[in-house]
Amino acid sequence: MKKEYWNKPTMGLWERLYIFEVIRGLCITGGVFFGNMWKWITFRKGALTAYYPEEIRSDYSPNNRGRHILTQRPNGEVQCVSCNMCATVCPAYCIEIQSTANFEDPFHPKAPDRFEIDYSRCIFCGFCVEACPEDAIRMSKDVPNLPGFDRTKMWAPQDLLMNWQPQRNPAKVYPSAQTSTQEVHP
Amino acid sequence: MIQDLLVYVVFMGYAIGVMLGIATLFTWVERKQSAIMADRIGANRAYIRIPFTNIKLVWMGLFHGIADGAKMLLKENFTPKTYDRFCFNLAPWLAAVPVLVVFAVIPFGGTIVPGDLIPALHDFFGSRSYTMQVANLDAGILVIMAISGIGILGTMLAGWSSNNKFSLLGAARAASQMISYEVSMGLAIICLVVTYGTLDLNQMVQWQSGTLFGFLPAWGIIVQPLGFILFLTAAIAENKRVPFDLPECESELVAGYFTEYSAMKMGLFMLSEFIEIVVVSALLVTLFLGGYNLPYMNDTGFVFPGGSTLAMSHLAVVVTQVVTFLVKVVLVGCFQIQIRWSLPRFRYDQLMRFGWKFLLPFAAVNLVVTACVRWLTL
Ligand code: SF4
Ligand code: SF4
Repeated sequence: MKKEYWNKPTMGLWERLYIFEVIRGLCITGGVFFGNMWKWITFRKGALTAYYPEEIRSDYSPNNRGRHILTQRPNGEVQCVSCNMCATVCPAYCIEIQSTANFEDPFHPKAPDRFEIDYSRCIFCGFCVEACPEDAIRMSKDVPNLPGFDRTKMWAPQDLLMNWQPQRNPAKVYPSAQTSTQEVHP
Repeated sequence: MIQDLLVYVVFMGYAIGVMLGIATLFTWVERKQSAIMADRIGANRAYIRIPFTNIKLVWMGLFHGIADGAKMLLKENFTPKTYDRFCFNLAPWLAAVPVLVVFAVIPFGGTIVPGDLIPALHDFFGSRSYTMQVANLDAGILVIMAISGIGILGTMLAGWSSNNKFSLLGAARAASQMISYEVSMGLAIICLVVTYGTLDLNQMVQWQSGTLFGFLPAWGIIVQPLGFILFLTAAIAENKRVPFDLPECESELVAGYFTEYSAMKMGLFMLSEFIEIVVVSALLVTLFLGGYNLPYMNDTGFVFPGGSTLAMSHLAVVVTQVVTFLVKVVLVGCFQIQIRWSLPRFRYDQLMRFGWKFLLPFAAVNLVVTACVRWLTL
């Protein structure tokens, strides 16, 4: 016995003849084609997709987790205290931190010497931002503009993370001079 | 004698150039057209950098064809340990050559008199005239059927000699599909032969330059609309492209009959697919769309329905015909690509049912009706 399917299509004679429905489908795709073609010919963009690295989409969500920012203290020092929490929580193991001691500053004796993120491995999960006790790492809305042919060039060094000047400020404000001096050394 | 040789060498060069050129163009058109249809941008990354500068020529991705060709030529030619090396190497040629040969009998222009065309050559050529066609055969349409039937041998050999189950399955599908659709295609062509009363493609085109009821151009598509649809369907099925791409459907059979092929051998299969688009377009144009002639046009100029005529010089006629043919071929090819990117693939039983229970009866009815009409009007 032939199995009856619950979602058996119900087709009338018109659909069964197939050819007319084919012509209708061709008209739809043809309409889209000529519509888009007209846009291209009149020097507008007839596509929904973007030329990715050259053209950055403007409609990223305000909550988009994009490239990382290492925040700075008012004096320009990096806020990170090199606690390694972000590197520990990172599921992609893509944060590399090398610490250095700074005995001049009793409040922040430890600071990163090298802080690098491998963007060829980062999955933009945002765990590093969650984990950081110092609010030292944040993610801006903009995507890292790092496509390239060489994966060694996809490492973002500390300099870049501190200074790549996001086009839009991240949602949270930077800690003001006041709040940052409030922390007390035990 | 030497004049004939020269002319035909030129024709052959032109035919091969047109086929390969348009086939390469179609690889680009296919990418771009499908992209534009789907609101995408399409292939645009291959570029040629002008040496010593930083200027990159992209030209809307036109260079992707070159990149493809270079990639296929330079890749490692990996062959499996087949038990039939001879057949394995023969198969791509058997698939590609018949497609190329078919174009030989398709007329890509009307009669040409080289002596009139270029006055300087008048002494050399005298008043010899040639039809613009590589092989001027009386039974051209039969030759097309015969030779295009060979193409399936390449597909089957490829599937069989690869010693791979996917390939074999693809080859079996290809074979059964070809047989099913060749029948309807043959019947559609017989209808045409009955209508035109000739097997010669050139005479078919000349027949189509007349008018129907005094004002309609007597194109095959108007005389035989059902035949056109049947032939188009069968031709796409022969070409193994999307609604009928069961032999190579990626989702089930990896790549079907050419799963085991790599580098340029695989490239030959791909290229023959694109050349086949050109050949099928040329065939459709010749059989159904008035061939190399514009409506109301013949070898001497235009004869409009009202009875007014517009005589044209020989040069103008030749140029118009050649250009018309190329434009028509490209447009019909684009239409095929449109079909390819619009329709979903058939299931295998649907394919067989469509071939035997839908196309074949329609083709038979079409033939009977055509024969009756022809008999009554003769
Ligand atoms: S976003 Fe996730 S993957 Fe990327 S660096 Fe932070 S924790 Fe690691
Ligand atoms: S960024 Fe934050 S979590 Fe990571 S090492 Fe620096 S202070 Fe610790």
